[in-house]
Amino acid sequence: MDQSKIRNFCIIAHIDHGKSTLADRIIQMTGLLTEREMQDQVLDNMDLERERGITIKAQTVRTIYKADDGEEYTFNLIDTPGHVDFNYEVSRSLAACDGAVLVVDATQGVEAQTLGNVYLALDHDLEVVPVINKVDLPSADPERVADEIENVIGIEAMEAPRVSAKTGENVRAVLEEIVNKLPAPDGDPDLPLKALIFDSLYDSYRGVIVFCRVMDGVMKRGTKVKMVATGAVFEVVEVGFMGPGRLIPCEELRAGDVGYMTASIKEIRLSRVGDTITDADRPCAEALPGYKEPQPMVYCGIYPADSARYPDLRDALEKLQLNDAALQYEPENSTALGFGFRCGFLGLLHLDVITQRLEREYDLDLVTTAPSVIYKIHKTDGTVIDLTNPSNLPEPSEIEYMEEPMVRAEVMVTTEYIGSIMTLCQERRGVYEGTNYIEANRAVLTYKLPLNEIIYDFFDALKSRSRGYASFDYEPIGYERSELVKLDILVNHEAVDALSFIVYAPSAYERGSKMCEKLKKEIPRQLFDIPIQAAIGSKIIARETVRQMRKDVLAKCYGGDISRKRKLLEKQKEGKKKMRQIGNVEVPKDAFLNVLKLGEE
Amino acid sequence: MKDALGLYLHFPFCVKKCAYCDFLSAPAEEGVRRAYAKAMIAEIQAAGRRLAEEAPETRVDTVFLGGGTPSVMPADTLFSVFEALKQNFSIEEDAEITMEVNPGTLGEEMLSFIKARVNRVSVGLQGTHEEELRILGRIHSYEDFLSSFEALRMAGVRNLSVDLMSALPGQTEKMWEEDLIRVISQSPEHISAYSLIIEEGTPFYEAYARGAFSGRYALPDEETERRMYYRTKEILESSAYERYEISNYARAGFASRHNLRYWERRDYLGFGIGAASLFRHVRWNNTRDLKEYLSGDYARRGEERLSRKAEMEEFMFLGLRKAAGVSFSEFESCFGAAMTTVYGKILERHLEEGLLARKGERVFLTERGFDLANSVMAAYLFD
Repeated sequence: MDQSKIRNFCIIAHIDHGKSTLADRIIQMTGLLTEREMQDQVLDNMDLERERGITIKAQTVRTIYKADDGEEYTFNLIDTPGHVDFNYEVSRSLAACDGAVLVVDATQGVEAQTLGNVYLALDHDLEVVPVINKVDLPSADPERVADEIENVIGIEAMEAPRVSAKTGENVRAVLEEIVNKLPAPDGDPDLPLKALIFDSLYDSYRGVIVFCRVMDGVMKRGTKVKMVATGAVFEVVEVGFMGPGRLIPCEELRAGDVGYMTASIKEIRLSRVGDTITDADRPCAEALPGYKEPQPMVYCGIYPADSARYPDLRDALEKLQLNDAALQYEPENSTALGFGFRCGFLGLLHLDVITQRLEREYDLDLVTTAPSVIYKIHKTDGTVIDLTNPSNLPEPSEIEYMEEPMVRAEVMVTTEYIGSIMTLCQERRGVYEGTNYIEANRAVLTYKLPLNEIIYDFFDALKSRSRGYASFDYEPIGYERSELVKLDILVNHEAVDALSFIVYAPSAYERGSKMCEKLKKEIPRQLFDIPIQAAIGSKIIARETVRQMRKDVLAKCYGGDISRKRKLLEKQKEGKKKMRQIGNVEVPKDAFLNVLKLGEE
Repeated sequence: MKDALGLYLHFPFCVKKCAYCDFLSAPAEEGVRRAYAKAMIAEIQAAGRRLAEEAPETRVDTVFLGGGTPSVMPADTLFSVFEALKQNFSIEEDAEITMEVNPGTLGEEMLSFIKARVNRVSVGLQGTHEEELRILGRIHSYEDFLSSFEALRMAGVRNLSVDLMSALPGQTEKMWEEDLIRVISQSPEHISAYSLIIEEGTPFYEAYARGAFSGRYALPDEETERRMYYRTKEILESSAYERYEISNYARAGFASRHNLRYWERRDYLGFGIGAASLFRHVRWNNTRDLKEYLSGDYARRGEERLSRKAEMEEFMFLGLRKAAGVSFSEFESCFGAAMTTVYGKILERHLEEGLLARKGERVFLTERGFDLANSVMAAYLFD
C-alpha cells in the first residue's frame, strides 16, 4: 500500500459533542475493503472468521474511502478513551495518529475537554482539522463557534465543515478534509521494525490481540517480535486490519499501517499500551518515546460481602487483569471485612468499571473501602514509603512528614457560575492559579488541587453547582507536603480498620463527625449503648451513641394466626443474619458501604 | 384435657372499617351476612363429620366468636350457627363461650342471643376519650360503651373483657391513665391493653407515611410508650388485675382460656374466611376470599405438618408471651429432650443479659424481656 494513500487519525471532542455519531457516519459512508482486497477474496477469510464464531468489536477501524480525486484512501480511525482516568491511553492513541478531527458542538462551543484534547493532540504534533457539528439544531451558532475555535484554540476554523453527523449533512466534506488536510504517514519500510502498541484486548481463542501502528519496517506471520519494555519475545501468528465489527487478516503490516497482530500471548501485561514492538533478530535502535508503566492513582480495598466467596473474587480479579494491565491487586486482611484485596486503579471511573464488572460478570456482592490516593510517607530514618492502605501508616513518632499527590485542574465555566465553582475549589483546598476568559461569558479557571479532594465526588459537585455547565479536566503535577492525619473510626471502642482513612488535618473533625453521624444511622439499636467515635491516634475528636434498644414487642392479638407471628420473628432473625459481628456489636453488612458512599450533602 | 378442642368462628363484617384495622373485615349487606352464616353452618357440618371419623370423642372446651364484629350478624343467624355447633361437636357444659362485640351494636335480639348462648363477652372499647375514638375511626362513643356494658351485665354476663389501646396519635400519658381508671371503675373481669401497631395497608399507615402523625397528633415516643406500658401494669395490678400475657390482664380465674390455648399450642379449628386451625400437629388456613367461601370452598390452604423443630420454636416463642413463661418439664414431656439441651446456650445468654428469669422449673420474661420480647423470641428460631 502506498503510504500517501493512508490517513491515520482520531476524532477528538468534548463529551456529547458527537464524536461517536460522526465516527459511525464515516464508517457508514466508506467501504470495508479495497478493490484489490476484494479480488484477493479476503471475504473468504472473513467467512471463516464467522464460522469460528469470533466477532471482535475493535473500536479502532479501518475503512476505505474513494475520494473526489478518484483515488482510494485507507482511513484508520483510531479510538481514544474519553476520560481523564485514561489520559495515558489517550496519549498513546494520539501517538499512533498523524492527524486529528476536532468536533465542536455548534450549540455549545469549546469546552474544557475540547481544550485538553486539542493541547494533547498538538503536543503530539498532530495536524488538527476542526468540524462544527450539530448545525441542524435550532440553537446552532456555527459562526460564533468558529470564532471561538480560532480565538481560544488558535487554529483556522472559518472554512471548517459545518455538518450534522446525525443527519449526515455535509459529512462528505469531512472525508475530503481528512484526505486533503491531514498528512500521510512517512515511515520507512526498509528500517528495522518499530511499531507502537496503542491498545490490546484479551480473546480466549487467540490470546492477546495487539493493536498497533507500524512506524517503520514490516511485520508478518512468522516474524519474531520483541516487546521492548517487557522484553517478551513472540512469533507472530497473524496480522491484519480492523474492519468495522470484524478483523480482516492480511499478509503483512508495513510502515504507516495501523492493524493488529496476534502471537499466542497469554497475558495482556506482556503487551503493554505504549510499548514498542520490534524485530527480535533485527531490533530498532531505540524504542518509541513516551512509554509509561501503568500507574494506579487510586486504591481501595475490595471485599466479598460473603467471605466464603473470597476465592471467587480472586479468580475474577485474575481474569480481569488478563484484559486490563492497569488493574493491580494484592491480598489483604481486614478484621472488619475479612479477606479481600487492595486494588489499584487509574482513577475513580476505572474503579467503578472494575467493581461493576466484578458484580455483573462474576456475580459478586462487594464491599469496597473508601478510595484513597497514594501518600508518600517520609520516615524519620530517611526512607520513603508509598502508602496505599491507611492501616499501614507507621507510628506518628516514625513519621518525619507526609506528602500527597496534586493535580492541576482546569474548569471551564460560564461566568455566572464562576463564584460557586471558586467556592467549591476553595472548599477542596484548591490553590487558585488564574482565570482565562475565552469569551465574554466563559472562562477557564485553573486551580492546583490535592488529588484526594477530587477523587470522591468533585465531578458531581461541579455539575450540581453549575447546573451542568461546568466542565473539567486535570493532570497530575507531582507531590506536595501536607498536613495529614489518620482518622480511625471506633465502634464500641474497637477500631474498624476498613473505615480508617487519611485526611487533611484541619478537615479531620468535620469528616470524623460526619462519619460518626452516618454510621450511627446504619447501626441498629442493640441491647446496650454503642459509642461510635472518631479518633486521631488516642485522641477522640467526635462521638455519637447508638442508644440501647428500648422496645421491640408486639402487644397485639393475632389470635390463632401463628404463621403471621412466625413470619415476623423469622424476618427479624433473617435481619440478624445480614449482620457482621464487630466485637459484640452487630453491624449490617452494607453499613460500611453506605458510610463510605460520600455524597455532596 | 390436653385433647380438648377450641373453636374459632370468624365474622369478617363490621359497621365501618377502623383506620388502624388490618384484620380481615369489611362492611357488608345483610344478605351477604346471612349467606355467610349459611356457608359457615355448612363448613361446621363438614368439619364435624370429618372430626367424627378422625377423632370421635373429641370435646370442645372453648368457643370464640371473633372478627370483625360478630355482633353485626343478625342474631337469628348466630342462633342457627350455634345449633350447628351443638349438633356437630360435643361442647362441654362449662365451656368458655366468648363473643367480641362493639359498643353500639347490641340490640335486644343480640342481647338475648348472648344471654342464651354466650358466657364471656369482649367489648372493643379501645379508648374512653372522644379524641381517641375519633382518630381510631371508631363508630361509638364512651357513653355507648357504658350503656352496652351495663346491658351486658343486666343480661347476666359474668365474664366481661374490655379492649383498650395505648400509644395512639396525640394520646398523652394522662389520657391513658384516665382510660385505664375509667375502665377499672366498671369492674370488668378482664382487660386487654394493646399498643397501637401501625400496619401496612391501613389508612393509618398512609397517614403515618405522609407524616400526618405530628404536632398534636404525634405518636408517643418509645420512652413514653414504655412508660405507658409500665403504668398499665402498675395501675391494673393495684386493682387486682394480674398480667398473664404481654397485653392481657385478668382478675383471678378469668384469664381467657381460648387465648391461652393459642399460646399453649392446644388444638383449635377455625371457621369462616381466613380462619386458622391447628389440629394434631397440622396447621392450615381457610380461604381469605369471601366469594370462594360463599361458594362452599372450605378446602385447607397452606396445610402443613409441623416438624418437631417448628413445634419447639413455637413452644418457646408462644409460651414466652405468657407471664408464667415456659416450663422445663412440659418441654421435656412434649419433645423428649431437655430444653437446656436444645436451647442451653441461648437460655444462658438471655438469663445473663437479664431478659429472662428463672424460678423453679419455669423461665419467663423479665420486665426488660417484655420490652424486647421479639428479639428474645426470635432467638429461639433455629437457623
